[in-house]
Amino acid sequence: MSEEVKENTETQPRNDDPRAHVISDPPPAKEEVKKEKTGAAAQRVVDPDYLILEAPRKKEFITGSEAAKESVRRANVDIAIAYPITPQSETMQQVGYLYAEGYIKDYYRGEEEIGVMSAVAGASRAGVRVLTATAGPGLMRGIEQIVSWPGGRLPSMLLVMCRVVNAPLAIQPDNIEISYLLNAGGIVLHGENQQDFYDYPLIGFMVGEKPEVTLPVAVAVDGFFVTHARGWVNMPAEDIKLPPRDCYHEAVPMMDNENPPIRISRDSPIQKSNFISYQMHAAWQQEIWAAQERAKKWLNRWLGGLIEVVNPGAKTMIVASGAAVSQSREAVRQATEKGLDVGLIKIKSIRPFPTQELNEALEHAEKIVVPEFNYVGWLAKEVKVAIDRTDRVIAGPRVFGGMTMPTELILETIAASK
Amino acid sequence: MGNEKKTQYRVVTGPEGILPPAATLMGISLPEEGEGLVEGEIVSEAEALEKAAIALLTRKNPTLFPGPLVLWGWNDHTDEKAKYFFDVANELPGIRIIPMPDYRPIYPKIDPEAVINPCHPNLTILHNKIEACVFIGVHCHYASITLKIIRAGTNCYTIALCAEAGHEDAMASVPNFDIEKLVRFRETIVTVKKNGIKPLYEGKGIVPTGWSQIASLKGETPVKPEEELVEAGVSGAFLNELESGLDDNAE
Repeated sequence: MSEEVKENTETQPRNDDPRAHVISDPPPAKEEVKKEKTGAAAQRVVDPDYLILEAPRKKEFITGSEAAKESVRRANVDIAIAYPITPQSETMQQVGYLYAEGYIKDYYRGEEEIGVMSAVAGASRAGVRVLTATAGPGLMRGIEQIVSWPGGRLPSMLLVMCRVVNAPLAIQPDNIEISYLLNAGGIVLHGENQQDFYDYPLIGFMVGEKPEVTLPVAVAVDGFFVTHARGWVNMPAEDIKLPPRDCYHEAVPMMDNENPPIRISRDSPIQKSNFISYQMHAAWQQEIWAAQERAKKWLNRWLGGLIEVVNPGAKTMIVASGAAVSQSREAVRQATEKGLDVGLIKIKSIRPFPTQELNEALEHAEKIVVPEFNYVGWLAKEVKVAIDRTDRVIAGPRVFGGMTMPTELILETIAASK
Repeated sequence: MGNEKKTQYRVVTGPEGILPPAATLMGISLPEEGEGLVEGEIVSEAEALEKAAIALLTRKNPTLFPGPLVLWGWNDHTDEKAKYFFDVANELPGIRIIPMPDYRPIYPKIDPEAVINPCHPNLTILHNKIEACVFIGVHCHYASITLKIIRAGTNCYTIALCAEAGHEDAMASVPNFDIEKLVRFRETIVTVKKNGIKPLYEGKGIVPTGWSQIASLKGETPVKPEEELVEAGVSGAFLNELESGLDDNAE
């Protein structure tokens, strides 16, 4: 996405009519209210294609948490729910500023993460656009609820600023917690940098709320490097936002207490789980993963593909996600300077996993290096399951516990694999 | 997961087995606006409507299953859509309407002549010997579940007229099914009845089960019946308009 965003800086709306993308203007101020409209009330609702792909952008040098804040500002979020723990990440603190500025209708501080994630489920069932963020041990505490969201077909946004989940604790990057989300059933995007942490939540909201998808979306980034550090982020103006959630056009009925029949509210069979047929339960689970597959169409449209390929013909390919992509980009540059034939595949979407795309992009590769910021090597395992001739895969290098990954480490691994 | 290549998998009438795969995960894609899906293949909307009409006019005990989105008077649009739904029903001889009013399990026992329920839709299909059915106004999650269970355990030809993106697990599906498309579906049914339906295998029966029965009576080995046994709009088929449809129950 980051490369495309640079190109989009100069982009103009496709239609000659400068207002062609506007879906609705802010409601007119009442006569008796003379003060100027602020916050969400001053924003125009625009077509998602325009906001995500076409709107002219300006570059700012901000932290990842600030980039997430700017994304949420334009995402037409109804409610943010969190148990914010600054300084691990100030993302939800930044979102709190948005509430104060009038960009979010409500901000609910949960008592802890089980309560937070339960409240997210409730808000989503009620049909509103809901956001939360967590990391590390907080994610683990809330995961009982998080894994119930896909089955409930509950669109929502979970920002994950990855750190370490196990003792000793850390606030440095280590994305082992993504491995706990792999089999939850929701969509999981893994951002490389501050730019992705701006773009991916906007895309995630739109994809997850498509009727044929209707799933929660997690946008993960590697903490500290992305959340605390500054980077260049291209963003459109503040006065536009996504269309609101259209909860009456989703895969399950929302919980509408105003319209009969309330009895078909979306969670009814779930709460009767002792009584539903085994076959329904099985078909239900199939449908969750089928919905993920349907999300690919929309991820391809707005994410520019589930993967990004650099030097596609190279014999040695690095496959990475998250902050490891940035390190790998530099490793590829250094390798190219030395005359080595090295390419890179950035995996943007972990769920749905780009099985088909990886197989096509790696068909020619003789060596596949998978650098990761975690001990267990979950991405290497995913790659091995997805492709054939798995003896090509070198599951490393890996750093963890908050260590950085020197590019030399990647280059040495490539050299050692010859 | 993750197979976008051209797939050999086809979504045909069952019984397919205890747990058929989700068609999406076998590489079946949803149709775009103006298209339809027939047995897993993208076709024109007109062709999908015609295939659906043929199934409803030739298979035993055709039944419409309206879901909450047309059963309940949520809004004016729902009321209007229900009216056009009945216009379609009126063109289908011998049609039955069995509602899916709710998605919750119905215990201790459903009345399969009164309702269909996504927890065990096969019970309603099997009890009523339904070989062709239409789902309309059912929320997509429950429709997909229902379609899978029916494909698993019955020989029913499923048709999903979906107001959203369509359904890969139905034998025939058209997306964004609004009132205009309901009107077009009614017109298609009228046209198919008017033009007649020609058996592709003369003398061997029109409906697949009929062919199977005739083969059995002749002492021949029954071939697995396929939907391609019939096609619409062929002159010289039925000489007269199908005023009363095919009454398969009049045995």
